[in-house]
Amino acid sequence: MVWKYKDFLCIEGLTKEEIELIIETAISMKEILNRTIKKVPTLRGRTICTLFYEPSTRTRSSFELAAKYLSADTISISVSVSSVQKGESLLDTVKTLEAMGIDALIVRHNSSGVPYFLAKNLTCSVINAGDGMHEHPTQALLDVFTVFEKKKRLDNLKIAIIGDVMHSRVARSNIYAWKILGSEVKICGPSTLIPPGIEDLGVEINYDIDKVLEDADIIYILRLQLERQKKGLFPSLREYHFLFGITPERLKKAKPDVLVMHPGPMNRGVEISSEVADSIYSVINEQVRNGVVVRMALLYLLLGGGRIDETSYS
Amino acid sequence: MIYQEKAKILDREGIRRSLKRIAHEIVERNKGVDNIVLVGIRKRGVPLAYRLQKYLREIEGKEIPVGSLDITLYRDDLNLRLEQPKVGKTEINFSIDGKDVILVDDVLYTGRTVRSALDALVDLGRPKTVQLAVLIDRGHRELPIRADYVGKNVPTSRKELIEVRLEETDGIDEVVITEWKEE
Repeated sequence: MVWKYKDFLCIEGLTKEEIELIIETAISMKEILNRTIKKVPTLRGRTICTLFYEPSTRTRSSFELAAKYLSADTISISVSVSSVQKGESLLDTVKTLEAMGIDALIVRHNSSGVPYFLAKNLTCSVINAGDGMHEHPTQALLDVFTVFEKKKRLDNLKIAIIGDVMHSRVARSNIYAWKILGSEVKICGPSTLIPPGIEDLGVEINYDIDKVLEDADIIYILRLQLERQKKGLFPSLREYHFLFGITPERLKKAKPDVLVMHPGPMNRGVEISSEVADSIYSVINEQVRNGVVVRMALLYLLLGGGRIDETSYS
Repeated sequence: MIYQEKAKILDREGIRRSLKRIAHEIVERNKGVDNIVLVGIRKRGVPLAYRLQKYLREIEGKEIPVGSLDITLYRDDLNLRLEQPKVGKTEINFSIDGKDVILVDDVLYTGRTVRSALDALVDLGRPKTVQLAVLIDRGHRELPIRADYVGKNVPTSRKELIEVRLEETDGIDEVVITEWKEE
């Protein structure tokens, strides 16, 4: 099994074997993160550029550190102080960067599909770091890797995804990943935040949160995307917390070896209580650490040599 | 074109004798084993390192730490290869600072694997010495590298291939020499 694509755009369309290859490579990368000297020479002389049209701390720094630990050079373009402000188009901006010799472009954009458009128009590798309400594929990879470390398997698990599924690209990438891997996904949240037609992805919708928590091996709490809530989809944050917030009382009914996950940044006291976020069930900090690990694996697979057969899988 | 087996260089007994002799040489050269650690290069250097550990225990009665080293991320030919190599796991759960590290591999050929392994080791600490033990030295070095302990020197041509098969990885203990042949 070898990686054969130029780009990494989404989880949808990947095979089980391809996801497993990334996870296996990540297992080897984890050891590097535990060293005193966290650097290997693998991507020496390669240049990686991050271009984020939306705010981010963890994804961007995670990608940059992953690249640095593999000895690649990194540049990061802040859209707010770039020529985008002078009216330069997206394609002209990235063509300029490519002309300077970058080997990979890591892009986050508020419009779904931007990474596809760029992948088609560029010869360098394109990695999706989140596009609109579509996918955030590297987040799903780090979630899968974190679960694998704890549970030692990826199939026949029961994943409960709780909260604002509608606005969440993290939810979509996770749903695709867990379905490909052969696990079961249930989603739960206010009906106004559950997008119509989501059942077509093979998930079960259940509005009874206590029942959903009872069966789950993994409780995946989504961030309530306050910046995207303008239409009064639920009455108040207090009511949301009362009905769907994960609290120690709610967690009492869960399995003793349940894992609580959250993609961050957390709204403590809204979708997750502080006690739960800092509890022994929580693997939220491991998720962040593993983010660097899976991104190292991905950069190695995309840029670490070997022949590329196909430019894209979708 | 097919690979044809030409000769068996070592059998089970031969491998055992070679490794036992290397174990004795390690003890002699280092005046004991107190400061020794063994690091096998993936993948066949690892079982060989464990076997040396066993023989050293028999000779000196002491347990020597064994680690495994994956050199994929340190290769100098990643961009030249058609197929990307899979990354394996490095597991060295002890400090190599100030230690006499015995690097163990199955075949010494161009010397490039050992070069990568030295780079990898330096990233993990600062050993007092690094010594190299190999089961087979087949010549044709491309870098100024030599082995400190050799099981068997085998003069080969570049068309030939040395295959080390071990019980742990291949179900049988033997070293054979094969060659490309026209069908």
